[in-house]
Amino acid sequence: MKLTDHEKSMLDGAQGRAKARAMDLLVRYGEALGAERLIETNNVAGAFNASTPSVRELARKGFDAVYSELNLDSPEVVEVPRMVANTCQLITGIDNEQWRVQGIPDDLADQQKRAEKYFGARGINMFATCTPYQVGNVPVKGEHCAWMESSAVVYCNAVLGARTNTEGKESTGAAALTGRIPYWGYHIPENRRGTHLVDVGIEVDDIMEWGLLGYYLGEIVDDEIPVLTGSWRSPNLIKLKHFGAAAASSGGVEMYHIPDVTPEARSLEQAFGGNRIRATVRYGAAERRIAYENLNCATDRNVDFVMLGCPHNSIDQVWLIASLLEGRKLSPNTELWVHTPRALREVADRNGYTRMITDAGGFVMSDTCPAISRHMPKGTKVVATDSAKQAHYLPAITGVSTWFGSVQECVEAAITGRWNGGLQ
Amino acid sequence: MSADGSSPPAAPVTIVLRGRKVVGGCAEGEALVTRDTISGWGGINERDGTVIERRHELRGQSFKDRILVFPGAKGSSGWSAYFHMARLNGVAPKAMIFNKMTTKIALGAVVARAPAMTELEQDPLAIIETGDWVKVDADNGVVEITKRPRGGPS
Repeated sequence: MKLTDHEKSMLDGAQGRAKARAMDLLVRYGEALGAERLIETNNVAGAFNASTPSVRELARKGFDAVYSELNLDSPEVVEVPRMVANTCQLITGIDNEQWRVQGIPDDLADQQKRAEKYFGARGINMFATCTPYQVGNVPVKGEHCAWMESSAVVYCNAVLGARTNTEGKESTGAAALTGRIPYWGYHIPENRRGTHLVDVGIEVDDIMEWGLLGYYLGEIVDDEIPVLTGSWRSPNLIKLKHFGAAAASSGGVEMYHIPDVTPEARSLEQAFGGNRIRATVRYGAAERRIAYENLNCATDRNVDFVMLGCPHNSIDQVWLIASLLEGRKLSPNTELWVHTPRALREVADRNGYTRMITDAGGFVMSDTCPAISRHMPKGTKVVATDSAKQAHYLPAITGVSTWFGSVQECVEAAITGRWNGGLQ
Repeated sequence: MSADGSSPPAAPVTIVLRGRKVVGGCAEGEALVTRDTISGWGGINERDGTVIERRHELRGQSFKDRILVFPGAKGSSGWSAYFHMARLNGVAPKAMIFNKMTTKIALGAVVARAPAMTELEQDPLAIIETGDWVKVDADNGVVEITKRPRGGPS
């Protein structure tokens, strides 16, 4: 790989051991990819917190040891300096205020808080959400980023027109200390053009429908670039957030275009940019049903736990849930957790939405989600959720079975304790 | 693959394929082959190396000490972190052979610190079967496959 003088000096150790280890990882990674060079980035979103039981032993050796191993793949422990690039922490394992509701031991919650203090003091902004774009990190079109979190990556590329590959814990750790990431994949304009035409033949409007469409498409196109055509009311942040999250769960979609909606596709022609259309995918009633049935693996209609907010809810979604719950009480057999970024939780508190949800018997949680934390209410066997992503991952990670449906169906399940959802 | 079940067991067949080094090194072992892409976070158990994804062809099987042969990576950006932890837990694959390059798999292979190769001159999924003995010499860009004798229906 071609390196600049500045990059060489970092690799040689002239700027400290941490940067040398970071460059070593970036060079190994870049060469594995076949990248010719690195590109400058000043927008890194990664996972740094020590919040899982598996990190306990490393954390005993100190947070430099945690960062060195897990964020740099370094065999030596290096002292972690200040971040060079603007960097934020994505979703983490523990709600800093309600870990006991999650069932997290106190010592682990304490470990996370100490990690946050350590990394926070080195410039890692503790957004603690899978949706940094909902709380102030909104890269502009063409900005080179180094983001993790598949649902955020696809949002960053497709909806914002910024450029990132799906990075990992180690590459974001190295990018934060060097301001560099391999110039490969979605950083290169030619690789961002459409490959598959998707002919959406039915109405897609609410987030459940966008989730089903994304879940079906991900499985078909894998990590290719779909270009969606159909008739819809202009989709907004929450719909595209759910669409991308679903498509990045069943497959590996990191980029898509919707002509006249997303920034790199003013027209169908521009979306493909001269690419031959490799295949046309039709999405109609039959395909919608396939996606629905793949997501609904539960058979028992008694619902133990309702999870809303994957990816983390916007404030509008919290308001909708609060409105649906107002003046009602949850079933004594069912728990409800509503997840939103910490910064938006502040707004929910201020508006009284949190109170409306807790008065009904639910919890408003931040910083984490059940799939990341692997924690749910004790004894949970059957989960209902409005998230295709969570319905995809929870059964594999925790062994529960899931119902997937609209937010209204999920709230009804929380109140009655029964799943009465179904495909209309 | 039991079509030739009636023929007597023959001498082992060895096939050599060239490809591109992703991570250097040399390792050999029994192949574990899948046509399904693999998720890291949410797709594998990093404590024992088993695939846990619902509806996955390898669900319940472990890649520990095997040569993992697969189309590529999919899903969460936790891919590398989970293969990294699998390595720390001593359950990473001995080597990896895959078809489709992505950032997930490149970084995952790097931090798994296991020899890895891609861009083989023929599709490894069409040639390598689970149980074959495979030597991955990534430094020299060579994969050597010794077919498992298939004397009858297994």
